[in-house]
Amino acid sequence: MFLKCSLFVEKERRVKANSREYNDKFLYADNRIKTSKYNIFTFLPVNLFEQFQRVANAYFVVLLILQLIPEISSLSWFTTIVPLVMVLVITAVKDATDDYFRHKSDQQVNNRKSQVLIRGSLQKEKWMNVRVGDIIKLENNQFVAADILLLCSSEPYGLCYIETAELDGETNLKARQALSVTSDLGDVSKLLNFDGKVICEPPNNKLDKFTGTLNWRGNKYSLDNGKMLLRGCILRNTEWCFGMVIFAGLQTKLMQNCGKTKFKRTTIDKLMNTLVLWIFAFLICMGVILATGNTIWETWIGRGFEMFLPWTKFQISTVFSGFLTFWSYIIILNTVVPISLYVSVEVLRLGHSFFINWDVKMHNRQTNTAAVARTTTLNEELGQVEFIFSDKTGTLTQNIMVFSKCSINGTIYGDVYDEFGHRMEITEKTACVDFSYNLLSDGAFKFYDNTLVEAVKQKDPAVQEFFRLLALCHTVMSEESEGKLVYQAQSPDEAALVTAARNFGFAFWARTPESITVCEMGQVVTYQLLAILDFNNTRKRMSVIVRDAQGRLRLYCKGADTIIFDLLDPSSTDLMHTTSEQLNEFAGEGLRTLALAYKDLDEEYCDVWMKKFLFVSAVLENREDQLAALYEEIERGMKLLGATAIEDKLQEGVPETISKLNLANIKIWVLTGDKQETAVNIGYSCNMLRDDMTDVFVVSGHTLTEVQQQLREAKERILSLSRVSDARNDEENDMFADDSVFEEAIITEYALVINGHSLAHALEPQLEIVFLDLACLCKTVICCRVTPMQKAQVVELVRKHKRAVTLAVGDGANDVSMIKTSHIGVGISGQEGMQAVLASDYSFAQFRYLQRLLLVHGRWSYFRMSNFLSYFFYKNFAFTLVHFWYGFFCGFSAQTVYDQWFITLFNIVYTSLPVLAMGLFDQDVNDQNSLRHPSLYKSGQNNLFFNKRQFFLCTVHGMTTSFLLFFIPYGAFSVMVKEDGSHSSDQQTFSITIATSLVIVVSVQIGLDTHYWTAVNHLFVWGSLAMYFAILFAMQSDGLFGVFSNIFSFVGAARNCLSEKSVWLVILLTTAVCIVPDLFVRSIRASLFPTQTDKVRQLQQSCKSQRPEEQNLRRARRTSSRRSAYAFSHQEGFGELITSGKNMRTSRVSSTCSYERTAPSSKWIENVIKRTNAVSCISFGSPNKQHQSLKQPDRLNC
Amino acid sequence: MGKEKSKSGPLARRPDNSAFKQQRLPAWSPMLTASAVLPFFYLLALICMLLGVWLLLTVQNTQEMKVDYTEAGSCNLCFEMRKNVSNAGQRCTCMIMFSIEKAFKGDVFIYYGLRNFHQNLRRYMDSRDDGQMLGRKSNLKSPSSYCKPFDVDEKGVPIAPCGAVANSMFNDSFILTYYTINGPTVVPLLRKGLTWYTDKNVKYRNPKMDNLTLPEVFEGTTRPPYWQKPVYQLDPFDPNNNGFINDDLLVWMREAAFPNFKKLYGFLYRANKPFTKGLPAGNYSVTISYNFPVQYFKGRKEVVLTTVSWFGGQNHFLPIAYLVTSGLILLTAVVLTVVWWKFGKDGKNMAD
Repeated sequence: MFLKCSLFVEKERRVKANSREYNDKFLYADNRIKTSKYNIFTFLPVNLFEQFQRVANAYFVVLLILQLIPEISSLSWFTTIVPLVMVLVITAVKDATDDYFRHKSDQQVNNRKSQVLIRGSLQKEKWMNVRVGDIIKLENNQFVAADILLLCSSEPYGLCYIETAELDGETNLKARQALSVTSDLGDVSKLLNFDGKVICEPPNNKLDKFTGTLNWRGNKYSLDNGKMLLRGCILRNTEWCFGMVIFAGLQTKLMQNCGKTKFKRTTIDKLMNTLVLWIFAFLICMGVILATGNTIWETWIGRGFEMFLPWTKFQISTVFSGFLTFWSYIIILNTVVPISLYVSVEVLRLGHSFFINWDVKMHNRQTNTAAVARTTTLNEELGQVEFIFSDKTGTLTQNIMVFSKCSINGTIYGDVYDEFGHRMEITEKTACVDFSYNLLSDGAFKFYDNTLVEAVKQKDPAVQEFFRLLALCHTVMSEESEGKLVYQAQSPDEAALVTAARNFGFAFWARTPESITVCEMGQVVTYQLLAILDFNNTRKRMSVIVRDAQGRLRLYCKGADTIIFDLLDPSSTDLMHTTSEQLNEFAGEGLRTLALAYKDLDEEYCDVWMKKFLFVSAVLENREDQLAALYEEIERGMKLLGATAIEDKLQEGVPETISKLNLANIKIWVLTGDKQETAVNIGYSCNMLRDDMTDVFVVSGHTLTEVQQQLREAKERILSLSRVSDARNDEENDMFADDSVFEEAIITEYALVINGHSLAHALEPQLEIVFLDLACLCKTVICCRVTPMQKAQVVELVRKHKRAVTLAVGDGANDVSMIKTSHIGVGISGQEGMQAVLASDYSFAQFRYLQRLLLVHGRWSYFRMSNFLSYFFYKNFAFTLVHFWYGFFCGFSAQTVYDQWFITLFNIVYTSLPVLAMGLFDQDVNDQNSLRHPSLYKSGQNNLFFNKRQFFLCTVHGMTTSFLLFFIPYGAFSVMVKEDGSHSSDQQTFSITIATSLVIVVSVQIGLDTHYWTAVNHLFVWGSLAMYFAILFAMQSDGLFGVFSNIFSFVGAARNCLSEKSVWLVILLTTAVCIVPDLFVRSIRASLFPTQTDKVRQLQQSCKSQRPEEQNLRRARRTSSRRSAYAFSHQEGFGELITSGKNMRTSRVSSTCSYERTAPSSKWIENVIKRTNAVSCISFGSPNKQHQSLKQPDRLNC
Repeated sequence: MGKEKSKSGPLARRPDNSAFKQQRLPAWSPMLTASAVLPFFYLLALICMLLGVWLLLTVQNTQEMKVDYTEAGSCNLCFEMRKNVSNAGQRCTCMIMFSIEKAFKGDVFIYYGLRNFHQNLRRYMDSRDDGQMLGRKSNLKSPSSYCKPFDVDEKGVPIAPCGAVANSMFNDSFILTYYTINGPTVVPLLRKGLTWYTDKNVKYRNPKMDNLTLPEVFEGTTRPPYWQKPVYQLDPFDPNNNGFINDDLLVWMREAAFPNFKKLYGFLYRANKPFTKGLPAGNYSVTISYNFPVQYFKGRKEVVLTTVSWFGGQNHFLPIAYLVTSGLILLTAVVLTVVWWKFGKDGKNMAD
């Protein structure tokens, strides 16, 4: 069946509602989701298969087989199998636990309940049992279970609202509307008879597109994205809705956007595998040399020795003997690729992960979340990141809009001054304004300037008008939830403004299509709403025309300052100038500003205008333009009221983090689903875009050629400018050669902003290179309006062509694909959606922890891992190659120098702990200095600490050491006699001398490699040495020999050998000769060519005596004077919906409702009665609407 | 971890603020700059120099005499004779004259030296049964397969001691004669105490006697094919130096690391004149019972006489190596000093 599925390429999808038999024919995917890799039966084979794909593991199995052949076995089989099994088991256990958690999360999602129409009734069914073609019922605040076609809803005209944060990161509400023919099916019995057949596109990943037709009762209706509810969305503000499943499970657009899970390997991992292959080749070379040596030796000398050592039946010829020797040497020399390397690397990474988990400085108090390293295999990669791809909403910003300042009639409110008249920085401790006098105030709203409250209380007319405007001119919907007034706004900006007005005593309360009810300073006032002059992208403003209780007509307008200023009455000119200056000030602080204005209208003019308006609204041709002209006509000659400044709250420390990461030479690209203006604005406020940048290129072409042209132009401009500046640079080079400040100033910076639709073209094969080149020339890249898949494509593009380490950071489901595609995925946790965190490799609560993760943990990890590997290879070459040299003296017979026990234990016991301690605890520079000097990070990006050259050096070092280790004792031993005259040049003494020298030399060497000697390091280094001697004597003790005489044949050797002064003289000489050259090179290098690290270390040492002062991270000064006026959703407003009354509930809805609804509705009537008493002059629309719109509980009564 | 879970409140998941977990353990972080390592370099150079000089002086006071007797003098005949395997049973004795110009003072050790004899071949080294030589009865009767082809003879009788190592045991013997004015005097040699204590008492044991004589214990085994005498008759004079704990056997069984080696044969017995102070200068001869064939492997045999110092026999390698090392370290130290003086002293290079 699976085979069939995969062969079957879906060209179009046919789905019939309520007919499983029909739909089953097509074998569509069911709604089960599977992200796990194994199940109980496949685990062992699949996991082992994966593990043996590692070159080293496979190699050790081959070795093991070789060791079982007695003719060539030069080492016992257990020396290899024990560590190998250990490696396999540890890795398997880790993989199994990882997969178990994936299973669990899958199961949790699959077992979510939803209501499905099966066999004539509504039944609760698990998500995984939902099938294509089923009709399911969704209730308010529920997740949509699959991609469904909206059939009908509790709201009029089949409308429903959804939040798509999980899909594209936007938190504002979107409206979806069912086909009018299906919108009155809101009844189970009617739905049961629904047998519509949908023919639509096959599953794809385009979130904003859907094409299909519905065939029902002989008619065809076309379907588009506006009628689809996609999996991952949340139903909001809608009591319930019914929908028909079109795509399920893995075929939903959300899952199609999720990219494939890849097994992530670090750069060092890959390098390590290459190096292991090299070592393997080297091993074969050595084997061939020694085998040839053996053949020659057997031919010339061995023959003569046959008398004492006859050939066995296998030794047919000298060549065959050489062949056997080859394999024997492969076994002996296998320790150049130590099996414990892989275990140790895993242990180190695990340790580093724990340090990340334990870091208090990455623990967020507010959300009580600590950083979590969810993958334990990528740590050192964190020290090599070159590109960061960041989401905006929820990652850089908190997605909270805060009404922070305003200018009313030329006076700025919102700043706090101390008693000397200095402006104070607003911190958490600053006292908030007390809004307790206002019963309707929202507790979450904070404002610090008391003067504004005073002004409101004193009924300053301008201030009152200001807030009245804010309470009236918007498209927010009000709702009651748990006894509180809750606003549902299209954009958080609007919500912030309306909430501000509410707290200052002008609470927007309820609206009908024709009225707006506001609670003004404790008094309910209802305004008649005559028109909403809605927002769009060209107008950049919205207005309302209202008639107040006194019957006065007024137009309220809010919008971008540049637009509003053009429309002002000449009488406002003075105020305009003051306000304009104040707006500059706001913009300088990174606030989003809006100008507010009003205009009194007279009745007749308004009547005429309304008639024109009604007429134009009905026009079909060119309606937009005509409406725009009409709107502008009435909006002319307004009087300025003031301006608002809204802070799009950045996450804490974002600008600092970004500038730090920039200094560390990390390129940050912002990939956001938001619109261009918002993204650019955030770019400015977090210092990614600056006024002093030479140019900000905006690519927004709609066709391939347009985009191509824009990209080319931008690139040419950069190149030509840089040529100019280069030339200038050359001229002035002599004068300012040392003046780095000057040089920095003339380095030109560029930024690139690209739109989603242009990006689609830019990512096409013929343009992607041009795009990438341009993007890499720019300091900052911002991609806006991008789909999740595009995010992944951008990451993939950089990954593919730049060979650089990429990191993606995001918080929502829309970031999942990018998180999975990049080398390292980071999820921002603590927010609602967990998808990003689940897909990520690291997670923490705030963006600013990224600098600590990269600059401290990442750099340390990379540094430690590099040193660890260098040392490990050095150590094993020094250890193993002694056998190579010995081969020339023992007739190439594969005789080992060391005791077999020493070979078994050397890597596991004698030398593992010190190097582990170094790999875990070493720090070249402490965390504070790591953060203070981000340029230290560059060595990781350039792969300076461990690369092929470094590997070559450390192997040569190891070889030299092995050479000295062998030949110094050789020189001494050929003539050595014990003090008591007995010969001491026997093989066992020689072996112990070399082994002891080796252990001492590598211990001294680890001492030189360790930069940070903690107590643990001391314990491990000294402990290992002590352990070596302890085990040496224990292994060669009489007792053990008595029990296993064949295994411990070295009995007494250590005692006799190490009591010799000459042996110690040899050991001392060997150690000195091995260490001094290295020490010399190190100190010369540190003195003549100190690296950045050396310098910082020096600095750190000299500062040690002083107390480490907490560096005062001053808020990066924003130099921008750019104004951004944006407080609207990027889509057309709800204005039309509101005035048409479509989104207002009608009695029809409640009649179709179940019983539960009637009980509260009787309460509403009581409320209405109460309220009608309280409200003075109201002109309501239909009683039904009134009844719905005043759906407020008693305690809201003002 | 359990502790953390039991915590509650807003900081429940806050990691411990301990020095270990925050990687703030107090630590010593030395910097290997020129100024830091210079004292060490000078100190090391000094130590090496002193040791080298001391060792050199010591070595000057030791003496060594090597007499290669492979084909020298009358041994030529024996050498030719041993070329033919069929003459293995025949005795051959030869004598070589040599003279000592300067008296050997103190203890004098006599060694036999072999050149080009590979005791360090893997198969050769493995070809022994430590269990058998520890006196295990079971191993005595059924030697380990490692001993092949010297585990059993043609009739299937187990060989004791089995294996190629024991089989190839060196079996020449020497008589040293000193020619005084009064005529030749045999130089008295001590042929005991040649081995490590552990070898004689721990590693090698004879099978349990249980009131039997040594030959009875070894009954049912046969001597190694190249041996002339069974293992229990190795020392005709001292019954306690027979079997698996015979000193010569033990010395041989301790395999040499390199193809050229010497093994202890005996000491000078200094109780009687004129040998109380060592070997006096004069003429000597060594009479060799020439049994061990070396021509197959192009080997050489020699007799070595030597005196020892506190760090062993005459060993020129160590003092010279120490002196050379000391010189090199001194050289690097001087280079480092110059570098430090020119660049690193004021820390200019380190400035950011």
